Amino acid sequence: MSDIILETRGLTKRYGGVHALEDANFTLRRGEHIAVVGDNGAGKSTFVRQITAVEQRTAGEVFFDGQAVNFAGPLEARESGIETVFQNLALADDLDVPSNLYLGREIIKFNLGPFSILDRKAMRVATQKALDTTAVRIPNLSNPIRNMSGGQRQCVAIARAAAFASKLIIMDEPTAALGVQETGQVENIIRGLKARGVPLILISHNLRQVFDLVDRIVVFRRGRIVASLRREETDGNDIVSYITGVKGGEGARA
Amino acid sequence: MTATVTATAGRPARPPEMNVFLGLLGIALVFEVLGWIFIGQSFVFNLQRLQIIILQVSIVGIIAVGVTQVIITGGIDLSSGSVVGATAMIAMSFAQVSDNARAVYPALTDLPVIVPIAVALLCGLLAGAANGALIAYTKIPPFIATLGMMVAARGISKWYTKGQPVSFPTDSYAAIGAGLNPVLLFIVIAVLFHLALNYTLYGKHTYAIGSNAEAARISGIKVERHLVMVYAIAGMLAGTAALILSSKNLTAQAGMGVMYELDAIAMAVIGGVSLAGGRGSILGTALGMLIFGVIISGFTFLRIDAYYQEMIKGVIIVVAVVADVARQKRRARMV
Repeated sequence: MSDIILETRGLTKRYGGVHALEDANFTLRRGEHIAVVGDNGAGKSTFVRQITAVEQRTAGEVFFDGQAVNFAGPLEARESGIETVFQNLALADDLDVPSNLYLGREIIKFNLGPFSILDRKAMRVATQKALDTTAVRIPNLSNPIRNMSGGQRQCVAIARAAAFASKLIIMDEPTAALGVQETGQVENIIRGLKARGVPLILISHNLRQVFDLVDRIVVFRRGRIVASLRREETDGNDIVSYITGVKGGEGARA
Repeated sequence: MTATVTATAGRPARPPEMNVFLGLLGIALVFEVLGWIFIGQSFVFNLQRLQIIILQVSIVGIIAVGVTQVIITGGIDLSSGSVVGATAMIAMSFAQVSDNARAVYPALTDLPVIVPIAVALLCGLLAGAANGALIAYTKIPPFIATLGMMVAARGISKWYTKGQPVSFPTDSYAAIGAGLNPVLLFIVIAVLFHLALNYTLYGKHTYAIGSNAEAARISGIKVERHLVMVYAIAGMLAGTAALILSSKNLTAQAGMGVMYELDAIAMAVIGGVSLAGGRGSILGTALGMLIFGVIISGFTFLRIDAYYQEMIKGVIIVVAVVADVARQKRRARMV
């Protein structure tokens, strides 16, 4: 079996005349953590939306786990093992932590079709376990998410992805809205994923964080991948010159 | 800042139903005191009065159980009153006795009671499903879709017999809404949907959609299908209310159920169901219903004009919504 978990070839997305993503060639190996960096509008989120099928690509191919895939929507992507932590938290604010973790994949005690009886206890126990593995501390699981801090909410979103991701996690700026302490907590979760060998694509503006956490850094600029560098062979200034276009010119293979 | 947030997250909040319950007690207490002062008797400690209080609101209460679920998804249902009217007319026309010279279908009289019951449930279900399908698949606002159904269904109820009332039901049909049956049926329905909302997939998804429809969709919940189901259930409950109401009155008229939709919405809102969606409970709505009943009975008890009843009802509805908005603002500040 190939050690490549995700590969894109010539991935392209255009919105009308706008070339949001052009000819992106990208590979991710098993267990590898990759950061995707770039200026606002460079195509990072667009790239992720094509992989997770939140949007349908204009051209190109995506290979996941050794097979060419054509997900019809985010649900299919999720069912095949790709979990995404979206920039705008995909949480239901009025539900408690277990309900959010198991949203759309509830554990059923007794099957009655749409009126199936939920196994609330099992979900609660499993939620506590998932939070423990990701070292997330939530004081009261049965409180609605609405009453929690931004950091706690983000941790729930990440714990949810981590609990179910069998093959790949994608995080779109997971710490953008968080304080220092909360950011640290999220970074610890990411380190835990690395230790468990779960591959990760991390979109981030925070270069300090990127250098702390990942193996490889992929730079987007104006819808193209302009650099793909191992962490050891580059530094902050180098990355910044790729982001701003001082280096890199037209394109590179990731 | 952080400390306060953590503290709040750690303490289970007081359920909003508690506030509604205290409101109910407060209002009852006011009538009790006024009763002793002006009438010279107790308001609350009168079994007959308590029965009447519950009886006169339980039919609208059944509608409110359905409307509660609709509002929890973030929607609204303005059609239930008109659906009651249309369904009552149609169901009653299949429940008439044969010695009635002016039966709507002279060939279809003395039918077993299951026929009008099935007809009523089906009518409500179809009207509700039409609402839900319009909202889910054309993405028009629930307000508009159900407003259309409200006008159209009222049209149907007038057109069906060209304005003539439909009367003389069979004995078995008349038995449906007799005595305290409306109350018993309300309790059964309320308990059933309380369980459904709290312990089943249906309830979980209903709250999830009202809380964050996009998150629900991304999580794999079939949002459109679920909305059709919720509105269809609300319609079916309106149909049930029509059945009970026409049976209790022994007649169906084109103007039946006028304003019921607003009373039902008001019961839910007074009971703490948030118009923003995602929050509320059947228990809250049931308490809101009792507040309604207490106010109506209280005014009658104090021999105050019905005009004032409506004015006070209006004020209470607005106060309930203001309280809900204030609650949301407080939460928004906290996070």
